[in-house]
Amino acid sequence: METIVAVLVGVLIAASVYLMLRRNLVRFVLGVALISHAANLLLFVSGGLVGASPPLITAGAEVPEPGVSNALPQALILTAIVISFSVFAFLMTLAFRAYESLKTVDPDAMRAAEPRREWRSRVAEHGGAGT
Amino acid sequence: MNWLLVAPIILPLGTGVLGLAMRPRRRAQQVVSFVAAVAHVAVAARLLQSVWRDGIRADQMGGWPAPFGITLVADHLSAAMVMITAIMLLAAVVYAYCDVDEPSLAKDIHPPLQVLAGAVCGAFLAGDLFNLYVWFEVMLIASLTLLIAGGRKEQIDGAVRYAALSLVATTLFLAGIGLLYGLTGTLNMADLHVRVQQLGSPGLLTVVAVVFIVAFGIKAAVFPLFFWLPASYHTPKVTVSAIFAGLLTKVGVYALIRVFTLVFTHDVGYTHGILLCVAALTMITGVLGAASHTELRRILSFHIVSQIGYMVLGLALFTPLALLGSVFYVVHHIIVKANLFFVAGAVRRLAGASDLPKLGGLYRDRPLLALLFFVPAFSLAGFPPLSGFWAKFFVIKASVEAGQYAVAGVALLVGLLTAYSMTKIWVGGFWKARPASTAVPAALPRLHRVALLGPIAGLAVLTLSIGLFVGPFYALAERAANELANPEAYVEAVLGESGERSAEGRVAGRQAGLP
Repeated sequence: METIVAVLVGVLIAASVYLMLRRNLVRFVLGVALISHAANLLLFVSGGLVGASPPLITAGAEVPEPGVSNALPQALILTAIVISFSVFAFLMTLAFRAYESLKTVDPDAMRAAEPRREWRSRVAEHGGAGT
Repeated sequence: MNWLLVAPIILPLGTGVLGLAMRPRRRAQQVVSFVAAVAHVAVAARLLQSVWRDGIRADQMGGWPAPFGITLVADHLSAAMVMITAIMLLAAVVYAYCDVDEPSLAKDIHPPLQVLAGAVCGAFLAGDLFNLYVWFEVMLIASLTLLIAGGRKEQIDGAVRYAALSLVATTLFLAGIGLLYGLTGTLNMADLHVRVQQLGSPGLLTVVAVVFIVAFGIKAAVFPLFFWLPASYHTPKVTVSAIFAGLLTKVGVYALIRVFTLVFTHDVGYTHGILLCVAALTMITGVLGAASHTELRRILSFHIVSQIGYMVLGLALFTPLALLGSVFYVVHHIIVKANLFFVAGAVRRLAGASDLPKLGGLYRDRPLLALLFFVPAFSLAGFPPLSGFWAKFFVIKASVEAGQYAVAGVALLVGLLTAYSMTKIWVGGFWKARPASTAVPAALPRLHRVALLGPIAGLAVLTLSIGLFVGPFYALAERAANELANPEAYVEAVLGESGERSAEGRVAGRQAGLP
């Protein structure tokens, strides 16, 4: 079972890296969503996928029976999912705003913060050669 | 529960929430933000005093014993960092009065600023890796909010780059946490220190260590991973730039220092060897990038990258003196770098431009500003007797003592190039005649000028006093470095008597089915 999940994590990371390397902000955002799933699954599998029974303590006992599943990674994942969801929402909005104000989704074409050297932009202005 | 450890986190976070509720009432929001920042400085000073007197303080939130519960720890390094964060927050809150005086924008600056300071303090005080991750994410959201406040094109562009690389960093950090938990079964850093010593598979552990180097390296903006920083730091309001420049990358450096002195010390030759190469390359690329720019904030952004190299160098050498140098460097750098950004903002405000070809004559027109620029600029370049001289001196002395002459040479050369860069600003902005095309803006109201120059003067005095009265600061850095070099005290403060409780806890944990 661990092997299958480990392979799945690998496939997810490969897919997300492919998406993130595309020159398209929307694909990048989807890649980020996918890689955070991969990280969550990695956390999940790191706790060990052994116990089938829930981690409940029977009445009168101090500790649960051996062989229950580990609850801690699941608590961690829950936190991580909430965080990555909100960050994902922010990123979607940011990508939309970027498209609205910069009129492109190609990160290489976004030169507002780091314009090319001045003489070249002057050439572009007067020669009309675009970016 | 010990309120002293919680207060530096909860006070700014609470103020941030309150500030959001008070958005329609701008003046009241500013006053609350200012009062809270002053209180934060007091609380942080109290924490530092307590740590100085009684040694490392640790506390378990919710009363769960150490390896399972949420631990807050303040050693000398954490307490000093919290102190400096509080000072930065106060300076930024005052500076924002003049810098962010558009009514539509002012109400959106203070709440995220406070939340950011709370998250940074949380990261400095966190005792386990998962909490460190959560604070990183809080920091990320708060900083993104600040970065895009105003919504100009450059800001959106910068924010895209900043968000993209930061998210990759935090995801890698989370993946590293997962792998480390799978290996050791714990995330408490003191407990990890004990567990990693007992672990018999250093190969896989070194892989995890490298994942952490990459994740924190992006945050700290070290050599091949720094591109987001010069792409975004010059775009937002100067207050925001300054607090970013002072604090954010230093949280990455802090995380590197913490993790690579406490957890990953199993293969120092390999992991710290990587850090050494990274440090040298970071110093050089940063300073060369700065040489090719003429806009003040873009020059300064590249210098952040360059200076990060010195801090990582101290960690990479991993001797007590080098760690001392690193700690000293971080504290000195936060003050000086934020102050230089403040000066760049003041220049823009008082001279109407921030691009060197458009500037000039400030030495004659604004002698006070020239003086206030001189102190942090030449402290950054490492001129005695300013604080930067001591910071560079300790790090370079440590690298010579460790036999790393090449790196020491690089550090000296980069110091020279930093001086070149500062001289470039001095000549271009202050000495040469003002170009006729640049119009001088109207004089500012008195209160605005006080708010603009007050924080700069305060931080300059701090820089001077670190340089002239280096004794107490040296003693503090020495104690912090000793704790980093000998983590036993940290482990004992968190886990109790020599980690016994940790062992008991783990037996109980194993019975409960935990790995």
